[in-house]
Amino acid sequence: MERKKERPYVLEIENLSYSYGRRNAIENINLKIDEGSFLGLVGPNGSGKSTLIKSILGLLTPQKGSVKIFGKPLNKFRDWSRIGFVSQKANSFNSGFPATVYEVVSMGLYGKIGMFRFLTKKHKEKIIEAIEQVGMEDYINQNIGQLSGGQQQRVFIARALVSEPSLLILDEPTVGVDARSVNNFYTMLKQLNEEKGITLILVTHDIGAMSEYVTDVACINKFLHFHGGAQEFEFQQEEMMSALYGHDVQVLTHNHDHHHHHEYDGGAPQ
Amino acid sequence: MEILQQLTFLERGIIAGLIIGFICPLVGAFLLVRRITIISEALSHITLTGITAGVFLSQAVIWLNFVNPLYTGFLFSLAGSLLVEKLRQIYRHFQELAVPIILSSGIGLSAVLISLAQSSYNEWYSYLFGSIVTVTLNDLFFIMFTGLAALLILGAFYKELLSISFDQEFAETTGISVNRLNFFFAVLVALVISMSMKVVGILLVGAMVTLPVAASIQIAKSFKQVIILGIIFGETAMIAGIALSYYLNIATGGVIVVAGVVILIITNLVKRLTQAGTAAS
Ligand SMILES: Nc1ncnc2c1ncn2[C@@H]1O[C@H](COP(=O)(O)OP(=O)(O)OP(=O)(O)O)[C@@H](O)[C@H]1O
Ligand SMILES: [Mg+2]
Repeated sequence: MERKKERPYVLEIENLSYSYGRRNAIENINLKIDEGSFLGLVGPNGSGKSTLIKSILGLLTPQKGSVKIFGKPLNKFRDWSRIGFVSQKANSFNSGFPATVYEVVSMGLYGKIGMFRFLTKKHKEKIIEAIEQVGMEDYINQNIGQLSGGQQQRVFIARALVSEPSLLILDEPTVGVDARSVNNFYTMLKQLNEEKGITLILVTHDIGAMSEYVTDVACINKFLHFHGGAQEFEFQQEEMMSALYGHDVQVLTHNHDHHHHHEYDGGAPQ
Repeated sequence: MEILQQLTFLERGIIAGLIIGFICPLVGAFLLVRRITIISEALSHITLTGITAGVFLSQAVIWLNFVNPLYTGFLFSLAGSLLVEKLRQIYRHFQELAVPIILSSGIGLSAVLISLAQSSYNEWYSYLFGSIVTVTLNDLFFIMFTGLAALLILGAFYKELLSISFDQEFAETTGISVNRLNFFFAVLVALVISMSMKVVGILLVGAMVTLPVAASIQIAKSFKQVIILGIIFGETAMIAGIALSYYLNIATGGVIVVAGVVILIITNLVKRLTQAGTAAS
């Protein structure tokens, strides 16, 4: 496969390990993500996908390893409006919260605007644009708690999009979204990726649907098992899946970790 | 300054009341959506400790006799507020524990200090249930100063506080520092509680923070409306309370709270009726 070498990395993860207690939830993850790629991140329940995402976002502080975003070490990175995030638990908020769709989406801009400042006309236009982008314009003044789960999820996606991020990270964003909307949603992501050049990381269990849209795939189960192009993934998919969801994980890990290193240490053929 | 000095005791009380009626619901709205209105109870009792400490100090130590107990009340309220925040971190899965811990420590300490200080029952009565006619010029300065500080904090961090209250994890990913915000919020709550002390009273300050927003959330559709309606209800209760307490000579805090409860009942009825109306049509 050809590598787009000139492009800078949006994300460089090196030897990353995180443990909540004694056991590592992720271990020794090495992953570099090119600008403009659309990465599908897959793995079984409890495989550490959300843990990896939270470590990238600085929500967790890993015990080992390092993360660089847009070339900057995580602890020096300040430009958070360049990153959009939709959490796996996004709709576990207090459903009685008295906020409208408009108010929730505007929260995506709050970190960027700064102290003592309020929304300008331009901000307001952006908020409405983001709401239209996810097809929720008819609900703009509706209370967030009174929407269906799938509609809420769309609002949270709009909240992530409103700051016009160049990296969008979505942790199982389509849970509770109906099948047709899922396809529309993936199409929308693909458009964002292709037309606006936004780099995407999508965590999902929906491997079949995902692989039609993404450009790259990473599989993790505590360790990184695979990282490569979508076509390459499809080619190895069966082997991959039984490795991830079936047999002993540890043995395979080292193989693939190795394989992975080769791919990125100059892209030498195996 | 000159103008303030010419105010009658009643005018002083009214100005103090209007400031409190404005700021309490504003902060109450955040306490409400963060589900921690109960913290106001803990802080009002620790503020009592501060006030008793202030009274005791001004009696026991000659050169401290100028100390206005409201200031020591604020210091204790602030310490209590930061302590509540700390306890909530320590007991992460039992966060409600922080309130009874601070509340009972506050009452216990107050009891000790009250028996040490020699004051008339009347003085404590006005701190417990609030009194509009005893607002001195010094008290009014305190209320204006703390009110201004509270407004400054809210102006600076309104958006950030709203975002954190709704979804802390997301707020963090937009670069908002949760620890810093929680600190300022603790200061804000301490300011509001200690500032309300003189007019509403220790036992009833929680009501001023809670009742107006409890009423407004019944009919509000957005967070902004919760705040705006909350302020309208707060001021209404305050004015009604001040007027009635003055003409009928009843404890101010008591009348304010009764007025707040009446507003709460009315909004609940209104909500019921409008819901029945939309369901029928
Ligand atoms: N807050 C926590 N405290 C302790 N252990 C945790 C916590 N969160 C996750 N874990 C553990 O870390 C491991 C990885 O969890 P993580 O949530 O990253 O998995 P995931 O791949 O996102 O799973 P899912 O597909 O179910 O979302 C699991 O074994 C889990 O038990
Ligand atoms: Mg997860």
